[in-house]
Amino acid sequence: MSAITRDEVAHLARLSRLALTDDELDHYATQLDAIIEAVAKVAEVAAEDVPPSSHALPLTNVFRADEVRQSLTPEQALSGAPAVEDDRFRVPRILGEEA
Amino acid sequence: MTMVYDEALERFEPVLGLETHVELGTRSKMFCGCKTTFGAPPNTQVCPTCLALPGALPVANAAAIESTIRIGLALNCSIAEWCRFARKNYFYPDMPKNYQISQYDEPLCFDGYVDVEVDGKPVRIEIERVHLEEDTGKSTHVGGATGRIQGADYSIVDYNRAGIPLVEIVTKPIPGTDRLAPEVAKAYVTELREIMRSLGVSDVRMEEGSLRCDVNVSLMPRSAAEWGTRTETKNVNSLRSVERAVRSEIERQAGILSDGGKIIQETRHFHEDTGTTTSGRSKEEAQDYRYFPEPDLVPIAPDPAWVSELKAALPELPSVRRKRLQAEWGLSDLDMQAMHNADAIDLVEATVAAGAPAADARKWWMGELARRANETGTTLAELPITPAQIARVTELVASGALNDKLAREVLEGVLAGEGTPDEVVEKRGLQIVSDEGELLAIIDQVLADNADAAEKVRSGKIAAAGALVGGVMRASKGKADAARARQLILEKLGVSE
Repeated sequence: MSAITRDEVAHLARLSRLALTDDELDHYATQLDAIIEAVAKVAEVAAEDVPPSSHALPLTNVFRADEVRQSLTPEQALSGAPAVEDDRFRVPRILGEEA
Repeated sequence: MTMVYDEALERFEPVLGLETHVELGTRSKMFCGCKTTFGAPPNTQVCPTCLALPGALPVANAAAIESTIRIGLALNCSIAEWCRFARKNYFYPDMPKNYQISQYDEPLCFDGYVDVEVDGKPVRIEIERVHLEEDTGKSTHVGGATGRIQGADYSIVDYNRAGIPLVEIVTKPIPGTDRLAPEVAKAYVTELREIMRSLGVSDVRMEEGSLRCDVNVSLMPRSAAEWGTRTETKNVNSLRSVERAVRSEIERQAGILSDGGKIIQETRHFHEDTGTTTSGRSKEEAQDYRYFPEPDLVPIAPDPAWVSELKAALPELPSVRRKRLQAEWGLSDLDMQAMHNADAIDLVEATVAAGAPAADARKWWMGELARRANETGTTLAELPITPAQIARVTELVASGALNDKLAREVLEGVLAGEGTPDEVVEKRGLQIVSDEGELLAIIDQVLADNADAAEKVRSGKIAAAGALVGGVMRASKGKADAARARQLILEKLGVSE
C-alpha cells in the first residue's frame, strides 16, 4: 500500500520549485514510500509510556547572552555568492510571488 | 466596483484580525551575535549562522526570550511552560536557509487581551498568541517599471535584517466593531506601540519597519451566521494606514459581494498614495509550509518563578498610567484624549515633573507648541524645546516676570535657537516693566498724549481708562503689567474703581 501518491510528490516538487519529469515523480514516490515505511517501524516499538520526542538531548533552555560578536566582512559574506550587485546577493527573478 | 462605506456597513458586518510584528531592540540577532543596527551598509551584519553556511548552528538569544515573555505578560497572556521553535519551510530568497525559524503550534505566550477605548467605548481585543521568530532579509527588485516583483528582471538581497528577533502578536477574530472597525484597528495598534515602548523592548518605528501590521478583514452579510472569507493586507506602514486599509478593504469586499462575486483568500498590498489595496500572492496553506520542530534548538521551558519575577517587575502599563495622570492632573477625558492623540502625554508629564502646573503644561503643549509643530510639519517631541524650558516659561509667567504674550515670544525665541528662556528674555529684552519709575514715566507720557481720554476718566468715566492702558501697553511694547498700569493711571487721575 502506497503512503505517498504521485500527486503529493508533484505538490512537494512545486513547493520546492523543482522541475521533475513524470518518470522522476514515479521514481521519488517509490523511494519516499520506502523511507516512510522504514520510519514507521518506530511506531511499532512506541509504547504508551514513551512520550513522543523531537530532540535527541534531554535539554531545555540553552540560551546565549545578548552580546555582539564579530560579523563577516561583506567581501567574505559574498565570496560564495553566484552573483553579486551593490554588495548584495543577486538572485534570479521569482515569478508569481511577492514578499 | 467598490461600495461607499456607509452602504457597505448597512449590508455587511466586518470581522477584523490583526497580526503585528515587532522587531525587538536586542543588541545582537536572535540566533547569532551579529549586530542589529538599522540602516547599516548591506551585508555588513551577517555571519555563517544568519547566512546559513554549512555547519553553523543557531543558539537562542536570552534577552529576546525574556522580552517576548514580558510582552506576553503585558498583554495578559498565559506563558507556555514548555514550547519549541519550528521550521517554516518556503521557497523565497529572503531567508538564506530556505526556511524561517518560527513557532508553530506551541507559541511562547497565548490567550491574552488588550483593552482600548474608541469613541468613549471600551473594546477588548483578545490575543490569540505571541510568538518569537526571526526577521527576513531585505529584497530589492531590479528592472521592470514599478520596482515591484512583477516584471522585475532579478532581485538583490541584503541579509542584515535576516535573523533579527521578531515577535508576532496575533489577535483572535474581532467581531462586533461594526462601523468603528477602522478606528478599533488603529486604536489597537496604537496601544500595542505604547505598551512596547513602556516595556522598552523595541523602538517600534513603523516607518523603519520595527513595527509592522498585517490587517485581516472579512465581511458577512447582516443576516448571515458564518464569517466570510478574509484577506490579509500587508505593507501597512503607519497608524493612519491601518485605519485606511481596513476601510478600503471593507469597501472593496462589499462591492464584490454585492455584485454576487466571491472574495479570494489572498495577501493584498496597501498603497499609501491611493489608499487602496491590490492583490499579492495567493496565500499558501499552512500545511504547505511543512512546519516541524526545529532540531537545532532545544525546547524552552521558562521557570515559573522567573516568569513571576518578570511579571512583578513589569512597568506601569500605558492605560493605567493615563488614568493615574488624568486623576493627578485633574484634566477632562476630552483633554486627556486630545493629548494622547497628539503624543503629548510624555511631554506634559516631563514638564510637570520640571515644576510646571499641569494645566499650564497642557496649555502650552496643546496650544502654542501644537500650532508650531503643525505649521512646520513636525511632531511635538521633535520641536527644539525641552519640557524643562516650558516649565521655566510657566514659572516666569507665574512670578509676573512675563505675561502670556511675552511668553509666546520667548517660546518663539527658544524654537528659533536663540538659547534658553532666560537668555531669550535677556537678549530680546522681554521682561515685564517692573521698575515702577519707568512705568510711571510711560504713564505720564500717555496721559499727556491723550488729554481727552484722561479728562473723561477724571470726570468719572472710568471705562475710558481702557484706552489709556492700551496706550501704555503699546508704548511699552507689551512689556508692562497691564493690571498695575491701570491701578497707577487711576491713582494719578484721582479716581477709584
